[in-house]
Amino acid sequence: MFSHRLTRRSALGATLGLLAAGRAKAADTTLLNVSYDPTRELYRDINRAFAATWQAKTGDRITINQSHAGSGAQARAVLDGLQADVVTLALGADIDALAKRGLVAADWETRLPDHACPYTSTIVILVRKGNPKSIQDWPDLLKPGVAVITPNPKTSGGARWNFLAALAWAQRQPGATDASAEDFMRRLFRQVPVLDTGARGATTSFAQRGLGDVLLAWENEAWLVCKEFGADDFAIVSPSLSILAEPPVSLVDSIVDKRGTREAAQTYLEYLYSRQGQEIVAKNYYRPRDTEVAARYAERYPAIPMVTVRDFGGWDVAQAKYFADGGLFDRIFTPGK
Amino acid sequence: MIAGARKSALPGFGATLGITMVWLSLIVLIPLAALVLRPWELGIAGFWHSITDPRVLAALRLSFGAATLAAAVNVPFGLLIAWVMVRYRFPGRGLADSLIDMPLALPTAVAGIALTALFAPNGWIGALFAPLGIKIAYTPLGILLALIFVGLPFVVRTIEPVIMDLPAEAEEAAATLGATRTQTLRRVVLPALGPALLAGFGAALARGVGEYGSVIFIAGNMPMFTEIAPLLIIIRLEQLDYAGAAALGLVMLMVSFGILLLLNLLERRVGRRAA
Repeated sequence: MFSHRLTRRSALGATLGLLAAGRAKAADTTLLNVSYDPTRELYRDINRAFAATWQAKTGDRITINQSHAGSGAQARAVLDGLQADVVTLALGADIDALAKRGLVAADWETRLPDHACPYTSTIVILVRKGNPKSIQDWPDLLKPGVAVITPNPKTSGGARWNFLAALAWAQRQPGATDASAEDFMRRLFRQVPVLDTGARGATTSFAQRGLGDVLLAWENEAWLVCKEFGADDFAIVSPSLSILAEPPVSLVDSIVDKRGTREAAQTYLEYLYSRQGQEIVAKNYYRPRDTEVAARYAERYPAIPMVTVRDFGGWDVAQAKYFADGGLFDRIFTPGK
Repeated sequence: MIAGARKSALPGFGATLGITMVWLSLIVLIPLAALVLRPWELGIAGFWHSITDPRVLAALRLSFGAATLAAAVNVPFGLLIAWVMVRYRFPGRGLADSLIDMPLALPTAVAGIALTALFAPNGWIGALFAPLGIKIAYTPLGILLALIFVGLPFVVRTIEPVIMDLPAEAEEAAATLGATRTQTLRRVVLPALGPALLAGFGAALARGVGEYGSVIFIAGNMPMFTEIAPLLIIIRLEQLDYAGAAALGLVMLMVSFGILLLLNLLERRVGRRAA
C-alpha cells in the first residue's frame, strides 16, 4: 500500500517535472555564469546586452545569473556541484582544475580565440592622492614606511597575478638570481599589513578603511576605485614591467550537456569576442582583444611592457613553484630561512 | 544504562531513545565520521607533516590562545553582567537584556565588518588609539576583541539561571554570622557559581576556537601572525586539498574535545566540593 502510493506520487512528480522542463526549453533559457571577484559590473552589462541580442535573434528569452567570489573558491564550488554553465575565472589554473576532474574538456584553452581569454588586464600600482610616498615602480614599494595592500595569493586569483608581476620585475634586474628574486618577494611581503582573501576585500581595505599607501590591483579594479571613490583621491601608477593578466572563460561541458544549454552558452561566450561585447569590455576598464575597439580607448591603457604567465612556464609550473604548499609564497613566511 | 532501563513514570522511553540516537547520528556523528576518515588519504606521515607545519602550528596557537584569553576576559565581566541583570531592577533593563543576545543574533560577518570599521586606524575608536601607537584591527588584539564580542552571551546566559537559583538569604545569613562582604563573595557566592563559570568559560572558548565570520575581517590574516586556523582550513579547501583541510579540522576537533572534557571533569569536581 505504502510503496504503491509512493510510486504513484513520484510518477506524478516526474511527469510534472518533464512538463515544466519541456516548457522552459521552448521559451526561456537560464544560464549560470560563475565568475571571480571584480567582474560584477562587467557581467551585469554583458548579460543585459546579450539577453537583448539573443531575444532579437531567436525570439526566446534568456536569463543569465551571476555568481561572484574568489576565483579559487568558485572553481571549488563548481567541482562540488554548483551548476555553472560557463565559468569566467581569474586565471587558467582554476579552469585547469576543472578540466583535470573531467568537468571541462581538456582542450578548453584552444576552443576559443586568444587562449580563451576574451579580455585582458594587467597589474598596476594604485596610490593615494598626490602620491605622497612618491611610488614610481616596484622597488619603491620596499621603502621604509610604505604599506602595501595585496590579497592572499592562496585564495585570490588577482593576488597571484600581483605576485607574478612583482616577481617578473625582480627576476629581470641586472645580476638577478633565484635567491635575489626570493629576497625581493620576502621584503615586499614584509610591507604588507593585511592579507585579504579576495581582490574586492583588498580594495575595500585600501579605499574604505584607509589602510596602506599602495594597492596592487587589476588595472580594471584600479579604474573602478577611481570611478567609485573619486578620481581625485587616487592615482594609478604604471610600473616599468607588469604581467598580461588573462582571465579565461569556458563552457562547463558536463553541465551544459546535462542541461541542454551548450548552444546558448557557446553563443554567450562568443558574444564576449563580438564588437559589441568588446565595447562593453572596454567600458568596464578591461583591455579588449579587438584592436579597433582598443584603439578607441587607447588613452586609458598605457603601453606597459608585460610578461605573460607562459614566461613562467604556464600555470601548472607557476602554481607548483610559487603557490602550492611549500612553494615560494609559503617559504617567504617561514621564519629562520 | 541500567538506570535508564528501569521503568520510568513516563511512557515512550524506547521511541524517544531511538529518535535521539538516529538524530544524533545524522546531525553529529556522520559528519564527524567523515572528518575523521578523510585525512588518512595522506597516509600517517603525510597527515603528521600537514599538521606540524610551522604555519599550521602558529595558526592553532593563535586560535586556541585568543579563544582562551577571550573566554577568560568574558568570565568576570559576564559574571558581573549576569549578577546585575538578575539581582537589580533598573530602567532600561529589558533593553540591556536583549543587547546581551545581539552577538548571537547578528550575522557574524556583519559584526566583523562593524568592528573592523570601528577599530581600523581610521575608524572612530581606532583613530583614538592610533596616535598612541596602539593598533587594534589587523593585529591579534583585534582577534581577541572579536572573540570577546561573540563569546559574551554564552557566559552571561550560562551564569544567569544559577544566580537566579542562588537565594539572597544565603548571603544575608553569611552577613549575620559576621562574614565581611569579600568573605561572603569568596566563601558563599563564588563556590556555588563555580560550575556555571566553568561551563560558561567552556562555551565561550568552544565558540571562539571555531569562529570565522567575525574574525576574518578584523584579523589581517598574515601567516604566522594573525592567521587563524579556520582560515587555513578554507585556504586548503581552495587549493582543493580536501584531505589537508580535514586533517586540520580533525586536530581542532580533538583539541577542542580534550579541553571540553577536561572542563567537564573540573566542573564536576568543583560542583561536588561546593555541595
